[in-house]
Amino acid sequence: MASVGKMKRGVPEGLWIRCPQCKATIFRKEAESRFNVCPECQHHFYLPARERIRQLLDADSFEEWFKDLRPSDPLGFKDRIIYGERLKAEQAKTGMPDAAVVGRGYIRGRPVVFGVTDFAFMAGSMGSVVGEKLTRAVEEATRLTLPLIFVSGSGGGARMQEGILSLMQMAKVSAALARYDQAGGLYISVLTNPTMGGVAASFALQGDLTLAEPGALVGFAGKRTIWNTVRLELPEGFQTSEFLLKHGFVDRIVARKDLRTEVARIVDFCER
Amino acid sequence: MPSGLPFEREIDEMEELLAKMESGTGNGQVTASEEVRRMRRELANLIRKVYGNLRSWDTVLVSRHKNRPQTLDYIDMIFDDFVELHGDRAIGDDRAMRTGFARLADFRVMLVGHQKGHTLKERNECLYGCAHPEGYRKALNKMRLAAKFRIPIICLIDTPGAYPGIGAEERGQAQLIATNLLEMSRLATPIICVVIGEGGSGGALGIGIGDRVAMLEHAYYSVISPEGCAGILWKVATEETKPMAAEALKLTARDLFRLRVIDAIIPEPLGGAHRDPRGMGSILKDYLLRYLRELRDLSVAELLDQRYQKFRAMGVFVEQVI
Ligand SMILES: [Zn+2]
Repeated sequence: MASVGKMKRGVPEGLWIRCPQCKATIFRKEAESRFNVCPECQHHFYLPARERIRQLLDADSFEEWFKDLRPSDPLGFKDRIIYGERLKAEQAKTGMPDAAVVGRGYIRGRPVVFGVTDFAFMAGSMGSVVGEKLTRAVEEATRLTLPLIFVSGSGGGARMQEGILSLMQMAKVSAALARYDQAGGLYISVLTNPTMGGVAASFALQGDLTLAEPGALVGFAGKRTIWNTVRLELPEGFQTSEFLLKHGFVDRIVARKDLRTEVARIVDFCER
Repeated sequence: MPSGLPFEREIDEMEELLAKMESGTGNGQVTASEEVRRMRRELANLIRKVYGNLRSWDTVLVSRHKNRPQTLDYIDMIFDDFVELHGDRAIGDDRAMRTGFARLADFRVMLVGHQKGHTLKERNECLYGCAHPEGYRKALNKMRLAAKFRIPIICLIDTPGAYPGIGAEERGQAQLIATNLLEMSRLATPIICVVIGEGGSGGALGIGIGDRVAMLEHAYYSVISPEGCAGILWKVATEETKPMAAEALKLTARDLFRLRVIDAIIPEPLGGAHRDPRGMGSILKDYLLRYLRELRDLSVAELLDQRYQKFRAMGVFVEQVI
């Protein structure tokens, strides 16, 4: 797990990197020292789960839960390679057993239950393990009456390789969040690039508050699917955080450097 | 009438032959009727054989058959007193989603269902059963109304998926489905969901959280369409890759029952619901009534607890303590 932070994914290896948005060539260390954000245009690069925890939670405050959950291959799914083999490759690549990390930590001294999905592991898609970890985290937050923060980065939505079981994880997490809500819990959802499909259509958009990092891709259907259906040019900025804010589905767009402060402030506002 | 399904060609031919014989082109009456009886038996055996060996992709084709009964057909066939309610209270009336009061025998229910349409004109109006955010909002609005008066809800699922379009995204497709999942998990009235045709991903699940979830024998329910899956895995959806994707996804009623995702497989008349819509209607009615009776006597607390545990148990993983 500790190896995730060392991989520098999203900011490619090497001394210099090229920003995909402004095309500027940036000193990698400089981007890293600024929360993995481009110093020229504020483009938010991908952030590994480990790094997210380091940035958002108080130093060494995170206690990881349910680390022993491992994915299996319930369908015997095979495309170019067997799903079991794909999992092994993803685990070796990321050092993570699956795409979600959950646990408990502190944000500026405030205790919270925290969860994050990591895009590096099969595009952050939700299969049984992600669904189970998030559900257990919600149940723990309910039991401990703690605020809940989920940061989602899931391009894949529900994970195809676990078929219908992935779709049902949407229902499972949603039901747990309904109970948490009933119990009066505060759930802050943070959308990061990208949050699509079944993840957007479940826990990512069930927060009491919905925050989003700037420029994140957030939506239900993929652009290619939409284009295949409507055959129209998609509008500028379609399915971005700013697009969702404009249409009323996001409460605040928050730059990464401000996220910790913003979350702490909301927790204080909602304290009972 | 030929079905148009590739694997039914032999059946079509025999049906045509039988129709000719029955219209009495033959010679002696006695031998003709014996011949007809023999032929009928043979036809039934053939249908049984073909339908006993459907591939997953064949099932998808049956589930999409144009003569397969849809929500409005079931409303005509087995429900009484349908009072359609149109308003989502925000955007507009989504014709891909139909909602309203109805009676099923001595039960009053709230009916919620996708409508795909049979004719081209209907299909254009209903967008082939692909609902927009307003459809999901309307569904929830009516389900809340039902819960307020303790009226059980019946959801008939039949959609290739929620509509993928610009307007749908602008109006919050993901948001509305997310809200439905959360709210349906705690609505204080019995909910029965049946996939009657296509169970396309989030668009199906958006009205798919219930105390009983069942599928008709030749329906499918999947996280992604076989076409979408084939496009991702093999770059293009072709007549070769679509069946491979359908197989890999494990999307038939039998697959879902084995994966403990559905409570029951509702049998279809011999050769599929499209051969005998009325027969299908009466089988579905029996199942719905049985479920309504089973759920009627539960307290709200029991109902909601069982609903929670039902979905809580879904998923397959390993928990290894190292
Ligand atoms: Zn830049």
